[in-house]
Amino acid sequence: MKEYKTITEISGPLVFVETDEPIGYDELVEIETPNGETRRGQVLDSSSDHVAIQTFEGTSGIDRNSSVRFLGETMKMPVTEDLLGRVLDGSGDPIDDGPEIVPEERRDIVGAAINPYAREYPEEFIQTGISAIDGMNTLVRGQKLPIFSGSGLPHNDIALQIARQATVPEESDDGDEDSEFAVIFGAMGITAEEANEFMDDFERTGALERSVVFMNLADDPAVERTVTPRLALTTAEYLAFDKGYQVLVILTDMTNYCEALREIGAAREEVPGRRGYPGYMYTDLASLYERAGRIKGLKGSVTQIPILTMPSDDITHPIPDLTGYITEGQIMVDRDLNSQGIQPPVDVLPSLSRLMDDGIGEGLTRADHGDVADQLFAAYAEGEDLRDLVNIVGREALSDRDNRFLDFADRFEETFIQQGYGTDRDIEDTLSAGWELLSMLPTEELNRVDEEFIEQYYHEDGERVEATADD
Amino acid sequence: MSKATEPNTESEGVIESVSGPVVTAVDLEAPMNDVVYVGHEGLMGEVIEIEGNVTTIQVYEETSGVSPGEPVESTGAPLSVDLGPGMLDSIYDGVQRPLDELQEKMDSAFLDRGVDAPGIDLEATWEFTPTVEVGDAVGNTDIVGTVPETESIDHKVMVPPDSLPEGETAEITAVESGRFTVEETVAELETGDEIQMRQQWPVRQARPTVDKQTPTEPLTSGQRILDGLFPLAKGGTAAIPGPFGSGKTVAQQSLAKFADADIVVYIGCGERGNEMTEVIDDFPELPDPQTGNALMARTCLIANTSNMPVAARESCVYTGITIAEFYRDMGYDVALMADSTSRWAEAMREISSRLEEMPGEEGYPAYLAARLSEFYERAGYFENINGTEGSVSVIGAVSPPGGDFSEPVTQNTLRIVKTFWALDSDLAERRHFPAINWNESYSLYRDQLDPWFVENVAENWPEQRQWAIDVLDEEAELQEIVQLVGKDALPEDQQLTLEVARFLKEAWLQQNALDDVDQDCPPWKTHQILGVIKSFHDEAFDALDAGVPVDEITGIDAVPRLNRTGTVPDDEASAFIEELETDITEQLRSLY
Ligand SMILES: Nc1ncnc2c1ncn2[C@@H]1O[C@H](COP(=O)(O)OP(=O)(O)OP(=O)(O)O)[C@@H](O)[C@H]1O
Ligand SMILES: [Mg+2]
Repeated sequence: MKEYKTITEISGPLVFVETDEPIGYDELVEIETPNGETRRGQVLDSSSDHVAIQTFEGTSGIDRNSSVRFLGETMKMPVTEDLLGRVLDGSGDPIDDGPEIVPEERRDIVGAAINPYAREYPEEFIQTGISAIDGMNTLVRGQKLPIFSGSGLPHNDIALQIARQATVPEESDDGDEDSEFAVIFGAMGITAEEANEFMDDFERTGALERSVVFMNLADDPAVERTVTPRLALTTAEYLAFDKGYQVLVILTDMTNYCEALREIGAAREEVPGRRGYPGYMYTDLASLYERAGRIKGLKGSVTQIPILTMPSDDITHPIPDLTGYITEGQIMVDRDLNSQGIQPPVDVLPSLSRLMDDGIGEGLTRADHGDVADQLFAAYAEGEDLRDLVNIVGREALSDRDNRFLDFADRFEETFIQQGYGTDRDIEDTLSAGWELLSMLPTEELNRVDEEFIEQYYHEDGERVEATADD
Repeated sequence: MSKATEPNTESEGVIESVSGPVVTAVDLEAPMNDVVYVGHEGLMGEVIEIEGNVTTIQVYEETSGVSPGEPVESTGAPLSVDLGPGMLDSIYDGVQRPLDELQEKMDSAFLDRGVDAPGIDLEATWEFTPTVEVGDAVGNTDIVGTVPETESIDHKVMVPPDSLPEGETAEITAVESGRFTVEETVAELETGDEIQMRQQWPVRQARPTVDKQTPTEPLTSGQRILDGLFPLAKGGTAAIPGPFGSGKTVAQQSLAKFADADIVVYIGCGERGNEMTEVIDDFPELPDPQTGNALMARTCLIANTSNMPVAARESCVYTGITIAEFYRDMGYDVALMADSTSRWAEAMREISSRLEEMPGEEGYPAYLAARLSEFYERAGYFENINGTEGSVSVIGAVSPPGGDFSEPVTQNTLRIVKTFWALDSDLAERRHFPAINWNESYSLYRDQLDPWFVENVAENWPEQRQWAIDVLDEEAELQEIVQLVGKDALPEDQQLTLEVARFLKEAWLQQNALDDVDQDCPPWKTHQILGVIKSFHDEAFDALDAGVPVDEITGIDAVPRLNRTGTVPDDEASAFIEELETDITEQLRSLY
């Protein structure tokens, strides 16, 4: 393998090298610094006599005398089922003192696109044990459903709760070993403290056994963040489509990923798109998110829950905006609910699971699920609307009916949304919590629920049993 | 266009540089827009710039691993589509490669590179029935015979548009009926030209016609708010801009299902894979409301999803509209949906920035507006060269960043299209679907289509619509006051207007795309539902004048049935509505 000592320019994360042989686009590169350290990178631009290299670990320590080796292949992820239970860094190297990983195969991390003709439409319920999600924004296998959060909000607790509790209901029913669940956790730029929280929780609850963890921390190189999710997704695809696992991929925090993209774009002096982010960010994000899915004739699935913190809680910021344009709905974490102490503070009104309708109902969850969700949504929305008015005119000025909806909205937050991060509610629990609430309203108001379900589940002024909550 | 059908390459060059989908080559002798094969794997690309000895190519496949020094071959032909029987009931990528075929050839669920397949099956045979005889004179695009392409559509085999000098005819010297492949000759002209079922046409060039005419017929949509307030014409153009999750795709799919077009070309341009799968799964099962046959029998799908190569995303709208024009030439009414044109514009932006072109507004190339208008200009109601009339209607979704309509793609589109269906995130969040904002949307076809609705649906169509618009306008004003003082502070007549407006919104404007019945509402039903709300309004105001309080008026037994009219099956709807109207009248009159 030829070594070059022909670096002409170093700029931000980029290194420019003169070459005298053709170098492939995207090819992997190793750069050895004068003090013997090896840095890895990837070819960004290739012409007949020079290349631009994006380094993963930053350029500090690299000088013009560093030697550059082109490895003749694009970046690969060594995959094997033995990865389950392992903790890797953001470049895919083990950091858990475990045994050496003997790969079954090495896969290109830039996954090929799934042929739309080969996809299977997602419609199988994943139970997260969280009412706000299962009841009203149901997740299905093969979906990509991001969590839109803000800085300082407990999105990590929600992610952990999902990672712990997620099941495919069949799994428990017939013990079908083939629908085993695996969690791939891809962390990008999270703090060491957050990382510890995650790891403690994973180890304490035993979730690690069925997980593969990729950790790029806040003080790890930013450029590496562009690689971490691809390693994670390559592993996910392998486990899902080769080994038949139902894989849940949690990627956090996509905002840090996008910042890294912006940094590389700026270093390349590209014409920036909106708010300085690259014009190709939509395409780039799609190349990650679209790796969720199911394939006809195969058992497994890749489901994605990317987490992002919206800068200034602004949903029109390019990061949540472009994400929302690609994903199949969103779960919104709400600052007000959080300050009220609601756990998890999910605002169901702007949340949406676009694939919910095909994943619920008779034979999937329960026949009344759709109606209950619609009615809860409508009643809560009505109560929520009235809150603005009540601030102006006061409660006394409102009709009995209006007051009833105001009460409903409060109770909805306190008993349905509120459940605590430690409580796992199955879909039956969630739907009964829903009926408790609906039973606060007179049956004439339940215009979105079929008569038959009202008869079966509505209880006349029944005892207001509290839904399970751990505090 | 495909390598499979174009074995001869004409010139060879060498790759000089690779940057994502953009490759430069030297010593390649290929004209602009020529298709070339790039590298050892023969990745398909198109020439997009020539400067001295350096040719710039956009590549329709992933380029990772491709190196300078590898060869580039020119085919000597511009990017073209294969036109002929077999396009319906097909699903293509952005450069017309059939996705089912690719899966088979690649033997994988994932899209590999360097694999090619012709746009139409070269082996299949079709039953050709001539419509001309030896000795007949034919001109360009004249129909020489038909082929039953699907259960719904007779494919017309035409003389290619560039066979003869403009305006001239030639005699048929041979024509044969029977089963043929698309490459076999079915007729011959005295000029020696041989006519096959397959022809090719460069995608970036509109197929010629005689004349564009003023559209006078609606493309009915099955959607109450569209037909009722903002109708689209056959041959018209429409834009559906809206933030994510506001209902662009659901609206486009509803149109693809229920619009009264003969042919539908549905382009998933840079959007989700699962959405295309949904169409692939549903359309063969769903009935075409026109013929009762499977919807797929009138549909051609183009799927270049967001994770598929960006250059093929740029070309997919052209592939689609060229196919649409071909069926228009046969005399069909074609509806084309492009979801989303913003992704196409972004593909232009991405390639332009790789070319280091001078960026215009928000980084889009300066030619963005020109490209958009060229594309929408290919829509229209046309008199074809062969004497038939056909139309291409174009409905483009637009995905403005942050839902802000002031951005370049939305603005440039609005300057061209005549129908504007503005989606609104507030309505969507309230689950008011379709979330089309009735204050912002418009259709410039409304007046010219009124005669058709008057003649074919109801004489009072325009007046009744005006009534609805007036009520909605009044409601908008009243809502501003309600925000401040609450509803109960309004006088009774205004409260009643608000109630009527609520029925208009819930029973008429809203339409549930997930309900088996409600999803499709024929124009007569749209008219009748509006009619019963209007008679409620008239009777209710009489009652109010006679001193009946508002809550008694809205409390009559019949009222909840108003919101259910949309879900009453078509064959029971008239009777249901008639009975409802009688009950409303009786119940209200009994109050005073
Ligand atoms: N007419 C309708 N009836 C019922 N539900 C609807 C309707 N229109 C939209 N929806 C709901 O809104 C969701 C989002 O709609 P859709 O996918 O069409 O949005 P979009 O504008 O295409 O978003 P994006 O830009 O992200 O692709 C749907 O999944 C569905 O739940
Ligand atoms: Mg969409």
